[in-house]
Amino acid sequence: MSANTSHNAQPSGELTFYLREEHHPEQSTMLGFWIYLMSDCLIFAILFATYAVLGHSFAGGPDAKELFDLKLVAINTAMLLFSSITYGFAMLEMEKGNKGLMLSWMVVTFFFGACFLGIELYEFHHLIGEGAGPWRSAFLSSFFTLVGTHGLHVTCGLVWMAVLMVQMNKLGITAANKRRMMTLSMFWHFLDVIWIGVFSFVYLMGVL
Amino acid sequence: MASHADSHAHGDHGHHDHHHGDHANHGTFGSYMTGFVLSVILTAIPFWLVMGNVIADKQVTAVLVMGLGLVQIIVHMIFFLHMDTKSEGGWNMLALLFTVVLVLITLSGSLWVMHNLNTYMMPMQMTPEAAKQLP
Repeated sequence: MSANTSHNAQPSGELTFYLREEHHPEQSTMLGFWIYLMSDCLIFAILFATYAVLGHSFAGGPDAKELFDLKLVAINTAMLLFSSITYGFAMLEMEKGNKGLMLSWMVVTFFFGACFLGIELYEFHHLIGEGAGPWRSAFLSSFFTLVGTHGLHVTCGLVWMAVLMVQMNKLGITAANKRRMMTLSMFWHFLDVIWIGVFSFVYLMGVL
Repeated sequence: MASHADSHAHGDHGHHDHHHGDHANHGTFGSYMTGFVLSVILTAIPFWLVMGNVIADKQVTAVLVMGLGLVQIIVHMIFFLHMDTKSEGGWNMLALLFTVVLVLITLSGSLWVMHNLNTYMMPMQMTPEAAKQLP
């Protein structure tokens, strides 16, 4: 359609404009997704600020030093870090066009992500069992909100990854699937970046 | 890479260099491994500092932990998220810088205001009788 227009209106600069618009959407997905991630970053910034303000309001309840088990957090951090590098390997295999190896690395990534989530749920379960649920003090409310929001993001990432694995298996490495894989890559690595803030600021500083 | 070029052949007329630049920085095995090894080191050090009580001065440990965290975030940005000043024609970096400014304002502003409130408005020594006299 635009090809026809091009012959009718050859000298006008309008044509170039429309053509540029045509191939932009595919590229702008990355930028758009990046801007979404930045907005997500603001959500986490607010939750971090809330935790920073309320983190010492124990209301006579247990404090961070008594509650946090750093060994568990270290294992959790390792899980997320491993999942980041294995996702990177999946991306490299996708670039090479190896569907089988890419899917294997995605399964490994999914496994590490699920381990992370399992350990976090175990920790939450343990805390609530000790009577240190989010209702106990402002410190625990803000802790559960911050870490829970991150966990919720990881859960969404895992659902996304599972769906993408099915799509990749069914349709192969198409342009659309590549785009999905690249946005999920950004999402997944972004969650790891947030986790750096969580383990440094919440866990390590809390126990210090 | 070949299939990549194919998938973009329909839309791309070859005169937008930044698109190719964008696809070039997907990272290599080497760059992912560099990022991973750096991350492991930068994660291990703060955990070791805190769990092993290496430095007696807690203030110093706190600064180190936060500093190493910041360095690790930058490492992740470069090696895993492939951030550079050229991707998406610089808009990625611009959006990031804008967000960083907002995050800094949010964090420092919240802490500053709430610290002031805690310091000046907390009636710590007030007796119930004195509280009744308040206007």
